[in-house]
Amino acid sequence: MRTRPHWLLYLYCVYLLVPIYWLINLSLRDNADILGSLSALPSDPSFANYLEIFSNPVWSSGFINSLSYVAINTVISLLVALPAAYAFSRYRFVGDRHLFFWLLSNRMAPPAVFLLPFFQLYSAIGLFDTHLAVALAHCLFTVPLAVWILEGFMASIPRSLDEMARIDGHSRSFFFFRIFLPAIRGGIGVTVFFCFMFSWVELLLARTLTGSSAKPIVVVMTRTVSASGVDWGVLAAAGVLTILPGLAVVYFVRNHLVRGFALGRV
Amino acid sequence: MRDNRAWLGVLPVLLIVAFSAVIPLMTVVNYSVQDIFDANTRIFVGLDWYRETLRDPRLQSALLRQILFSSLILALEIPLGILVAKSLPRAGRSVGLWLVLLAIPLLIPWNVVGTIWQLFARPDIGLLGATLQNLGFDYNYTAGTLDAWLTLLAMDVWHWTSLVALLAFAGLTAIPDAYYQAARLDGASRWQIFRHVELPRLTSVLTIAVLLRLMDSFMIYTEPFVLTGGGPGNSTTFLSQYLTSMAVGQFDLGPAAAFSVLYFLVVLLLCWLFYTSVMRNRDAH
Amino acid sequence: MGWMAWTLPTALFFAAIGLALVTLTVLELVWPTAARRGLLPLSTTRGDRFFISLLAAAFVHVGFLGFSDGPVWIASIISCLLAISLMRWG
Repeated sequence: MRTRPHWLLYLYCVYLLVPIYWLINLSLRDNADILGSLSALPSDPSFANYLEIFSNPVWSSGFINSLSYVAINTVISLLVALPAAYAFSRYRFVGDRHLFFWLLSNRMAPPAVFLLPFFQLYSAIGLFDTHLAVALAHCLFTVPLAVWILEGFMASIPRSLDEMARIDGHSRSFFFFRIFLPAIRGGIGVTVFFCFMFSWVELLLARTLTGSSAKPIVVVMTRTVSASGVDWGVLAAAGVLTILPGLAVVYFVRNHLVRGFALGRV
Repeated sequence: MRDNRAWLGVLPVLLIVAFSAVIPLMTVVNYSVQDIFDANTRIFVGLDWYRETLRDPRLQSALLRQILFSSLILALEIPLGILVAKSLPRAGRSVGLWLVLLAIPLLIPWNVVGTIWQLFARPDIGLLGATLQNLGFDYNYTAGTLDAWLTLLAMDVWHWTSLVALLAFAGLTAIPDAYYQAARLDGASRWQIFRHVELPRLTSVLTIAVLLRLMDSFMIYTEPFVLTGGGPGNSTTFLSQYLTSMAVGQFDLGPAAAFSVLYFLVVLLLCWLFYTSVMRNRDAH
Repeated sequence: MGWMAWTLPTALFFAAIGLALVTLTVLELVWPTAARRGLLPLSTTRGDRFFISLLAAAFVHVGFLGFSDGPVWIASIISCLLAISLMRWG
């Protein structure tokens, strides 16, 4: 049983970390310095790029817009997915496997396929350019994902727990909220993480369903890219900042995340 | 337990996914059989858009590029992922740390992955690009097709090999110690242990990894959009990007809808294969 | 509903699929099936075979439209025959 990593792992981690290091490096330098010279260490590191982002309302409103629809989406996904995942993991019913497959096929479907009708649908019901529109559109893949992950975690809780609670005379809702949910809180954490992540990173639908008032941060970033005379330092700083919420969420679920991957359900 | 009342638990999910999947899919099918000029002027054209789309040379080349890209990243990421999983320590306190380190690229927003690689590979300000230039290579991913492809591949390997590694690692740790001891008693070499002890027990987990990567790479959009914008020319335009330019850029409702239906059918087939192998894997346990 | 751009043929198509799903659900309630192993290399239930038939029909049509200029009903007949044999022996 090996307890020390192979040298290859160190090599691979260098490959993983160098591009991220470069992003951080650029985010601490001003544009003239970046374009002027190539240096492995920022000669005069400053947080000016970060200050620029925090003081510019376009960037900050982008962040707030993104966080709003991601939060709405995560809440909706979790609320509808919990009872469904419980039903799938504990009962057999007519068409269960086919239903499960149909849900999964939505997680795998390319968002580009839904682009055309989504634009028409949300315009028709007057939700275009609102946080709710993006949140609902992202439910297309976050809800199936949530059901898929939660079902995996629930299936690993032995059924005897359900039966014991029934013998002890607990009501169904007491069992579900006070015994069962705490037992799978790791799974709920992983689910929140992935709903958050997939909604946070999605660009195509978020860009198509928003105009000026709900413009998300990912779109603000691509606009900066396409404009002439890009401020690379600010772009790098924005990149670093968009990584942070994910890191914060992953910090809370770090002990359960590997199990989520082990279930093969991401 | 058999109980059809469990349908009540599934109902909210059904309603919300029906709203965001069934209605749009029906709409796409409706659009795909008509020539639409505006809300009130539309002509039924039958299956003509499908005929046209299937013979569209630009779509065919986008499909070929997509297949090439997906095959290449599978050929790179699966062996590398197994190798990384094999290099991880099996026990000890550092395992958790290594796994979190590996998971980092998976947690970065996709457009930021594109941005990171753009900043890393640009010949003027990027560490990689500038270093290659200084070493005398004529490297520029915005101008050279081969350079663009290599950069995209390096980016996708960077982004997703960890997923394969984490899946393979989960499979490796599930192999009982007794198997290794038996193999060692027989005097098996390291390659023989891998070939005859580990690989057969990794099959199911690797099938999942292959299909997940295949499906996700089939809908890749954001990273190439940020990094190369589909260029130079159309040389890195994959299916999703071509569809998006058709649907939003040119607003060709009919052909874009026919393309969407065909695209969805291919993904549905892949997804069915994935689901069947996952379920078979689970029943086997 | 105007934006959904319904036409009679697509409406009939979806109605037929909806009807088939309802029929299969009722059949399953009245007359449950067990998974069985037939010609296909996996064990399938009636619903699975129905889904495989639909998917196969779709790909037969796509292949036909892509590679031939003949009338589409030929593909439809092939699909029907395929579906019947899949449901019966699959």
